[in-house]
Amino acid sequence: MLLELKASLRSASAEEYLCRLFEKIEKSSLNAFTTLAREKAIEQARQFDKNPGQGLMAGVPIAIKACISTIGIETNCSSRILRGYVPPYDAHVVERLKAEGAIIMGKTNMDEFAMGSSTETSAFGPTKNPWDQTCVPGGSSGGSAACVAGGEAPCALGSDTGGSVRCPASFCGIVGLKPTYGLVSRFGLVAYANSLEQIGPLTHTVEDTALLMEIIAGHDWRDTTSAEKGSYLAGLKGDVRGLKIGIPKEYFGEGVNTEVEKAVWDAVSVLENLGAKWQEVSLPHTRYALAAYYVIAMSEASSNLARFDGLRYGLRQLGEDEDWHTTFSEIRAKGFGPEVKKRILLGTYALSAGYYGRYYLKALKVRTLIKEDFQRAFKDVDLLASPTMPIPAFKIGERINDPLSLYMADVFTVPINLAGVPAVSVPCGFAGRLPIGLQLMGPHFGEATVLRAAHAFEAATPFHERTPEVV
Amino acid sequence: MDNVIIGLEIHVQLNRLQSKMFCGCSTAYQNSEPNTHTCPVCLGLPGSLPVLNRKAVECGIKVGLALNCTIEEETLFYRKNYYYPDLPKGFQISQYDFPLATKGHIMILGDDGAERDIRINRAHMEEDPGRLVHAGTIDKAKYTMVDYNRCGMPLLEVVTEPDLCSPKEARTFLDKLKSILEYLDVFDGSLEGSMRVDANISLKGGDRAEVKNISGFKGVEKALSYEITRQKNLQRRNIKVVQETRHFDELRSITVSIRSKVGAHDYRYYPESDLVTLHIASWVPGIRATLPELPDTKRERFVKQYALADDHAKSLTSDIKLANFYEAVVAKAAPKLAAVWIADVLKGELNYRNLGIDEFRPEHMVDIVQMLEQKKITEDGAVEIIRSILDKKGGSPEEIVKSMGLGKAGDDAVQKAVREAVAESPAAVADYKAGSERALNFIVGLVMKKTRGKASPGEVHDLVKSEVEKC
Amino acid sequence: MITKEDVEHISWLASIKIEDEEKDEFVEQFNSILEYFHQLDEVDTDGVEPTYRVVDLANIFREDVARKSLSQEEALKNAPRRENGYFKSPRIV
Ligand SMILES: [Mg+2]
Ligand SMILES: [Zn+2]
Repeated sequence: MLLELKASLRSASAEEYLCRLFEKIEKSSLNAFTTLAREKAIEQARQFDKNPGQGLMAGVPIAIKACISTIGIETNCSSRILRGYVPPYDAHVVERLKAEGAIIMGKTNMDEFAMGSSTETSAFGPTKNPWDQTCVPGGSSGGSAACVAGGEAPCALGSDTGGSVRCPASFCGIVGLKPTYGLVSRFGLVAYANSLEQIGPLTHTVEDTALLMEIIAGHDWRDTTSAEKGSYLAGLKGDVRGLKIGIPKEYFGEGVNTEVEKAVWDAVSVLENLGAKWQEVSLPHTRYALAAYYVIAMSEASSNLARFDGLRYGLRQLGEDEDWHTTFSEIRAKGFGPEVKKRILLGTYALSAGYYGRYYLKALKVRTLIKEDFQRAFKDVDLLASPTMPIPAFKIGERINDPLSLYMADVFTVPINLAGVPAVSVPCGFAGRLPIGLQLMGPHFGEATVLRAAHAFEAATPFHERTPEVV
Repeated sequence: MDNVIIGLEIHVQLNRLQSKMFCGCSTAYQNSEPNTHTCPVCLGLPGSLPVLNRKAVECGIKVGLALNCTIEEETLFYRKNYYYPDLPKGFQISQYDFPLATKGHIMILGDDGAERDIRINRAHMEEDPGRLVHAGTIDKAKYTMVDYNRCGMPLLEVVTEPDLCSPKEARTFLDKLKSILEYLDVFDGSLEGSMRVDANISLKGGDRAEVKNISGFKGVEKALSYEITRQKNLQRRNIKVVQETRHFDELRSITVSIRSKVGAHDYRYYPESDLVTLHIASWVPGIRATLPELPDTKRERFVKQYALADDHAKSLTSDIKLANFYEAVVAKAAPKLAAVWIADVLKGELNYRNLGIDEFRPEHMVDIVQMLEQKKITEDGAVEIIRSILDKKGGSPEEIVKSMGLGKAGDDAVQKAVREAVAESPAAVADYKAGSERALNFIVGLVMKKTRGKASPGEVHDLVKSEVEKC
Repeated sequence: MITKEDVEHISWLASIKIEDEEKDEFVEQFNSILEYFHQLDEVDTDGVEPTYRVVDLANIFREDVARKSLSQEEALKNAPRRENGYFKSPRIV
């Protein structure tokens, strides 16, 4: 889609196209954006119309999650504490996109600091699911998924710490990739849990995701954990004959919605008909993944979010300052929402003297076992397939007051982040009006294979062609 | 002070590096406007990531080796989590388990006149926090100003065992450490705040207090002396010394308690996953091979090679610049005489004026020593020349000799003066003949007056004596 | 079990003020989440190394080269309070 769009913009007007998108956003009730960069974007589109240039994304607009730094555009992580913060630098991925001629439209709504799976914890109010506006779009990259699914942006970037790209992709019926840890530079990504997260694309098609990966992946000296990129577009249209797909038995059965389970098995049959083979595999430590994930994520968050104190940027309430500790404690109490506070406090506890071994270190050891589960499985199979989410999108407000039930929804996405492997979510069916996502997982740096299989599945199925009627 | 126990933690800025520890900001921030040497990384802006300066690690290894430490096979960075306005991330990247260097020692001259080893517990790398400027004193200020220019400066923290027994010994240790660091060319101690000390002090049997952030060597002696007196006074009044952190207030030369909550020091150390593990033991042989001759070795060599007294050798090798100066001079001048004039005279004149050896040219010292050897000038004349150069009156030693008339009077002139003086002092001659050796001093004084001090008193004495005996 | 005192201590460490009326709710929520975490106790991790970083990397550096810094204006632009080129912080004690 993006390649066709790019071609069409050369004969039509990028400015007109962009203005139509902004009009749609302004009338929209999805609440997908926290900040629009209308003037800057339109100016860039005008430039493109005069002189199109050769970039891979020349003239193509893109929406960026509110936790990815953009020079001159507010980057607030959907938090009160960062309201008004305008970075003096671009994230690596943003630099790369600009270098390829992409136009940054604005910043998308998210769960505050990426902590959530529903985009309900945003300080800017929840984003709505374009397929059913009483439902959540998933999270935490809910704004990025909703604006793409709702036709407000042709593509977007999100970030995935425990499923935050794949979950909203699944709930909104689009494609979302969580790359191998280290494949995309995190420079400029506001950290929530830095050992787990990656920036990833949210697009209508697998080809679009591959195109964005060509641009954003690759080594960046400013992120010492970043690696060299592979090739994603070139082999995309190859077939899947002989590909061995593992079905992890722990990802099916109890707790999985029957329509979801059926859609995923149907998807496996589709791949089988295309020449792939499947076999059951076991990832025995799956049931401990959620607990390990939340201990690690909260611990890291408690440290990563320590910098928000209102001194150098962000919220600083009016009135007389007390001593710095009292002042900062009050600012942080007012600036962070309840879910963020809860995670910082629990993470602080998990790292504190006397508890480090019981929680944080223990979770890191369990993480090793989970990583080894994947390594063992990938000795036998090329890919793993499962539901992305055990359920379709739930109602806004349904789970927000029951944190554990909200955490449970991440059960199939968090193990991937713990292991650092890549996984994509592609549309594979509907439960009533609501989309269902198929998750395909590969070994470290196995993006090319993951995307090739996802592309073959997409080409053989109609699910990605349906679009919601957004009013 | 035989019941005093002191241990030091010395923060040394590796300020001979070009760039900071984890970012490319220049280290040359001294005398700059506040907050002009910062970037997203050292300002801790959301989304920034650290990248380690290779040369900082090399410097760290150099110091470790010079302090006779073991360089560990694997070394790791940790986050030290605590809040303070000078710490923009809410944590300091430091080391904890697996520090760079452990278990070393250096020799100092103890208060008892004997040399002994002071054990080094460890030396680890970390980043410097910013600088706080209090409006008034720390405990009375209404607000505090923060300058992050210093933030992210590469630091080496050297931790001693509690082997020091007095403030003076602490000072001696710091002088020695500074000397070694400057020999290694990793440190310039002339820059403000380049070495800052935390000291743990206790009286035998008592609890210890930690005095933080003492800047300057004189400060260390003052702070420690104050603290010891304070603890002794408490002891005398049967009040227990509480284990606490105190701040040295330089202006008032006292230590003040920093109100702290019980159990507040829980730094929640955990490994920094944004930085990768270091395996640098293989660098050691290469770095060891480039280590320069260190003070103790140089001192031994000076004694042997130049037949110097140990005191002179020690004084000359205490500072690398001074040692180099000396060796430049002895290339062309008599070693022992040069040692006396540099160590005993020049050094004192420099200290008196608060100047460094850079202010004096070795060629000038060569001239002075040569003129002394050839008896062209007197010792008093030589001192005059040195003073004149340091007081920037211009000219080479030869020119100064001429312009100030410091040239030693010719033998004829002296002999003439001796003859005249003897002739003019019959009473003194008579007294001498009557057995009063001291009577000659009167005649010598007369000669000195006639030659306006250009003759050497010793020589004149001999000449007068032989002249009188002729009478 | 986490207690009200624990919550107060964590709140101090994390520098987040908790109002008195919030404390009981936090205690309850934290205990239910921690109870969930305790299922990790079932896993035998004897001899298992912790995974700090999923991708095995070592010895990555930058060279000691100074680069351009932000201007003072850029550095201070987002600061809610500043004075004479400094960030302005509340008093220390
Ligand atoms: Mg330290
Ligand atoms: Zn910097």
